[in-house]
Amino acid sequence: MTVPVHLRHDETFVLNLGPQHPATHGVLRVKLTMDGEYIVKAEPVLGYIHRMHEKMAENGTFAQFMPNTARMDYLHALAFNHGWALVVEKAAGIEVPERAEYIRVITVELNRIASHLLWWAAFLLDLGGFTPLLYAFDDREKIIDLLERVTGSRLTYCYLRFGGVYNDIDDEFVAGTRDFIKRLRGRMPRLYHDLVTHNIILIKRIKDIGFVTAEQCRRYGATGPVARGSGIDYDIRKNEPYSVYPEFDFDVPVFTEGDSMARYMVRMHEMEQSMRIIEQALDKLPGGPVMGKAPKVLKPEAGYYYSAVETARGSLGHRLVCNGDKNPYKLKLRSPTFSNLSLFGEVAEGMLLADALAFMGSLDLVIPEIDR
Amino acid sequence: MSGYLSDIVTGGKSLVTGLAITAREFFRPVVTEQYPWEVPTMTPLFRGHIELIGNEETGEPNCVVCGMCQRACPSVCISLDGKKNESGKGKVLTRYILDFTKCSLCGSCVESCNFNALRFSRDYNLASFDKNDFTMDLMKRLEEQNRCKR
Repeated sequence: MTVPVHLRHDETFVLNLGPQHPATHGVLRVKLTMDGEYIVKAEPVLGYIHRMHEKMAENGTFAQFMPNTARMDYLHALAFNHGWALVVEKAAGIEVPERAEYIRVITVELNRIASHLLWWAAFLLDLGGFTPLLYAFDDREKIIDLLERVTGSRLTYCYLRFGGVYNDIDDEFVAGTRDFIKRLRGRMPRLYHDLVTHNIILIKRIKDIGFVTAEQCRRYGATGPVARGSGIDYDIRKNEPYSVYPEFDFDVPVFTEGDSMARYMVRMHEMEQSMRIIEQALDKLPGGPVMGKAPKVLKPEAGYYYSAVETARGSLGHRLVCNGDKNPYKLKLRSPTFSNLSLFGEVAEGMLLADALAFMGSLDLVIPEIDR
Repeated sequence: MSGYLSDIVTGGKSLVTGLAITAREFFRPVVTEQYPWEVPTMTPLFRGHIELIGNEETGEPNCVVCGMCQRACPSVCISLDGKKNESGKGKVLTRYILDFTKCSLCGSCVESCNFNALRFSRDYNLASFDKNDFTMDLMKRLEEQNRCKR
C-alpha cells in the first residue's frame, strides 16, 4: 500500500540533479532545494572531472600543452588551440604568416558552427525533440569531414602550432567549405527555423523563461551568447580584435530580451555570421607559407602575458606567467562556461524544475571546460 | 479565450509544417553509413597510432635513435633503445615501445622527427579487453610489414 506524502507548505526537500544526468551533459551536480515543483535554491557543485590542466601546463613545455587545450572544450577545440597559440606567440614574439591566420579563422569559424549545431541538437533533445538532432548531426558531419581532411582528427583537434598551422588547406577543402555553406544556407530556413524556431512547443517552452539581466551578466562575468542575449554588445572578435578578424565584415547579433529564446536566437544568427566570415576569408585567402619561423625550444622572456579569444560559449582568457624557462611558470585559464554557470543559482530561484532545465540547456554548458 | 483559440490555430500550423518537413525528408536518400559493411574513406592525414618507416631497400628502420620523439611526447608514451652501429658511425634501433593507452594522437613525435622515421598508421578498429594489447612493439610491427611486402 502506498502512503501519500503530504508536504507542509513551508516544507522543502533536497533534490540532486546529477552528477550523472542526461540534461547536465556531463558530470555536473546541482543541489536543488525544492518546494514542490518550484526551486527555492539551486547550488551547482563542481569538481567531478577536475584534471589539473593548469598544473599540467606547468609540468611540460609550451608545445606539450597544446593537445590538452582541445580536451577542455571539446566542442570548440580549435578556439582553445587558438587561445593558447595566441598567448604563447605574444610571449615569445612569434610572427604568424598571413595565410596561416586566414586558415586559422576559417577552421575556427567552421568549428564554431559545428559547436552551435551540436548545442542546438542537444538543447532540443533536452526539451524532448529528437528529430532535429538528426538533421543537425547530418550538417555537423559535413564540417567534421572537412576538418578531418586538414587536421587529421575529428573532435579533439591539435591543429594550430606556434607560428602557424600544422597543415595547409587545399582546393578540395575550399570547394567543400563553399558547398557546405551553400547547403547549410539552403537547409537553415526550412529544417531549422520552420521546423523548430517557429514551432509553438519550443516557443512555449523557452520564450519568457529564464530571464538574465545585463546587470547579472556583468556581476557574474557572463560572456558570449548569454551576455549578447541580455543586450550586452560584447564580442572579443569585435571589441578586442585578434588575428585577422578586423579585416572581415560581420555583425554581432544582440538580443535585448534576456530570456532563453534570445540566447537561442543569438546562436542561430551567429552561425550565419560565421558563414559570412568564412566566405570572405575564402575569397581573400592569400598565398604563401602556413608556418612562420619559430624556435624549436621556446623560452619566452620572464613576464606576465594575457590574451583572450571568443569561443562559441564566450570569452576565453589565458593568463600566462613566464620566468624565462622552457616551461610556463603559471597558467590561469578564464573559461567562459564557468562564469555562465555561476548565474544559474540566482536565476533558477523560483523557477519550475522543467523550466530550469530548459534554462540550463540555453546556457550551453560544456563541463570539462568548467572543471579544467 | 482568444488566446486559447489562437494557440490551437498556431499549434495546428506547427504540427502540419513539422509533418510536411518530416514527410519530405523521409524520401531523401539515406545518409547513414552502415559501418562494419561500409568502410568510410579515410583522409590522407588520418592519425592512427604511430609506426616506424623502414628503409626502401633494406627494410631496416630509418630511426637513428636521437630521442626527439621521446622528448616531444607530452604523455611519455614512447620508450626506445639503441646500440652502437657495428659497421660505421651512428646508432641502430633495438627497441621501440609505444604505450598507446596514454597517447592523445597529437602528432608531436611525427613532427619532431627529422629523419623520416615515423608516420601515422591507418589502423582504426582497435578494441580490446586487455590493456597490454596497446603496448605496441613497433620494431616487431615493422618486421611483419616487411615480411608481408616480400
